[in-house]
Amino acid sequence: MNAAEPVLAMRDVAIEIGGARVVDGVSITASAGRIVALVGESGCGKSLTALSILRLLPKAARFTGGTVELGGRVLSAMSEEQLAGVRGDEVAIIFQEPIASLNPLMRAGEQVEEALRLHRGLGSAEARREAIAMMTRVGISDAERRAEQYPFELSGGMCQRIMIAAALICRPKLLIADEPTTALDVTIQAQILDLMRDLRQSAGTAILVITHDMGVVADLADDVCIMYGGRIVESGPVDAIFEEPRHPYTKLLLATIPKLDGPRKVDLKTIAGVVPAAGTWPDGCRFRNRCPLADEACATVPPLVEVGPDHDTACWHSTRVAELA
Amino acid sequence: MALAESPQPLLQVRDLKVHFPLRGAHKDATVKAVDGISFDVPAGRTVAIVGESGCGKSTTAYAVLGLEKPTSGQVLFDGRDITHLRGRDRQALASEMQIVFQDPSAALDPKMTIGDSVAEPLAIAGRPRQERRRRVAELLDRVGLSQTFAARLPNALSGGQRQRVVIARALALSPRLLVLDEPVSALDVSIRSQILNLLLELQRDLGLTYLFISHDLSVVRHIADDALVLYLGTIAERGPVDALFEAPRHPYTQALLSAIPLPDPARQRRRERIVLKGELPSALDPPVGCPFIGRCPISIDRCARVRPPLVPCPTGTEAACHVRAPADGGVVGL
Repeated sequence: MNAAEPVLAMRDVAIEIGGARVVDGVSITASAGRIVALVGESGCGKSLTALSILRLLPKAARFTGGTVELGGRVLSAMSEEQLAGVRGDEVAIIFQEPIASLNPLMRAGEQVEEALRLHRGLGSAEARREAIAMMTRVGISDAERRAEQYPFELSGGMCQRIMIAAALICRPKLLIADEPTTALDVTIQAQILDLMRDLRQSAGTAILVITHDMGVVADLADDVCIMYGGRIVESGPVDAIFEEPRHPYTKLLLATIPKLDGPRKVDLKTIAGVVPAAGTWPDGCRFRNRCPLADEACATVPPLVEVGPDHDTACWHSTRVAELA
Repeated sequence: MALAESPQPLLQVRDLKVHFPLRGAHKDATVKAVDGISFDVPAGRTVAIVGESGCGKSTTAYAVLGLEKPTSGQVLFDGRDITHLRGRDRQALASEMQIVFQDPSAALDPKMTIGDSVAEPLAIAGRPRQERRRRVAELLDRVGLSQTFAARLPNALSGGQRQRVVIARALALSPRLLVLDEPVSALDVSIRSQILNLLLELQRDLGLTYLFISHDLSVVRHIADDALVLYLGTIAERGPVDALFEAPRHPYTQALLSAIPLPDPARQRRRERIVLKGELPSALDPPVGCPFIGRCPISIDRCARVRPPLVPCPTGTEAACHVRAPADGGVVGL
């Protein structure tokens, strides 16, 4: 693969549920060895966007526009059979609930081996050897014994490692991680975040991580895409997003979080209103009914425009966002 | 009891133990969910209980409320022993202490209107219809919801609005103590600050006392006065929130604090992080000595044999650690 060519290129992806555009014109690129965070609150379309890469959308959702490319090949134009060859091989995915995502009737080791047997046609002894090696690499001590255990015999953190080992066994070019640490305790979360960083470094995997936790974003991501109401409202390098956010939603979202060194017991900044249910957005800018900067200009959809190096925002008033201190 | 000048704490917990005997294959084993915890909650203050899953934080709260039966120890409310109150006596306490649960969607009956849900404690307490209606209007206003919400069903509300309803219901009988069990964990990030602000406002206006259970340490630091850090059913460290966050002494508290990623990429890159090895051990078979021994980076021989007591540290917290807070008053290692 050409070094300059991104591993993942999503262009103008649109997804509809019952006529509502729940993902509207989303473009994301991820290069080898980079971690891109897709950030947003419930109903913003972040998980649907991620699921659409491998055509894993729920039945009610329809992919209605745009393209998904993997290393230059158009995934969104592939037949189901071709795509099956990509899933779990070149692109792997890990989910939020490790225990619910593993097969309860299969031993941990078999689940890690499965992709190797399917995609590489390895025999059982060889597959098991590789599975044990991968399980050890993701921090599972005593991997040979663990491989014989069922998910119910393992803790949440251990199940998440099993799922990660299974996802990595074919050395994917792209790893999609949907809230990979949300269900875990913080000391276990720290271990999993370390593991993902290590993987990016040693294997050059491109990682798309979906999260709502700004701490995880700050800790892990190189690039950030902020989603609101099915659209990307701001994207850019992690430092620019945190230090100089140029969309009111990003700015306010960061300001609502209590800081570990801020004043205590004082009122925190809030964002007016409620997180809208999918499809109940206003016309034009979908954030405008909660935005303190909104005016009549916002009745027209703002395009994503460049406001800094690799830093884009979709706001008619991006020059005034700094006022929202 | 010492002749303290400060008034008696509203809630006092003394050497609380909650053990669950197992059946079947583990017939002789006991899960020591809470294993000897003592703390005070002064009136009008917020005490947080923090820790990871299985540390006993919710079980402690449930034992305070009488939802779990303590194996031993005492719970005193306003100086009165309520540990073993049952039946009508326990029910009478509903006007003194209430709980707000994590998931407001599960805490509301989907078929009951918001008004009926908020009025339910009043109905059970036998308040007349007229008073109930007036009080519901007052409560909705108090938590920042318009009167039109009274006629709606929970499914017409957002998560944040539902949590406001749950808080209104908890306040119906004007309790003095609220147990808040992860009250913002299930909410969207942009909504959490609204609810935290509401809780702070209610405390200022009504003089409420909070027992605040959370795994989110930045939330705890923001809202609490004092905090207990639990590990495997025992207190690893406790103290005023300022001291606990600025100068934690127990290696577990230090690891826990360093493991929370800060929403600040530049600082996060510079931070030294202590990544603990291993997993939380099972409360089914806790270690004999220090519960933290299996994951502790600084343990000594003594830790395997003797459980460390809580010892005051010069930095303002009390820690249960033979190395960092030796009981013999020896030199405190830095």
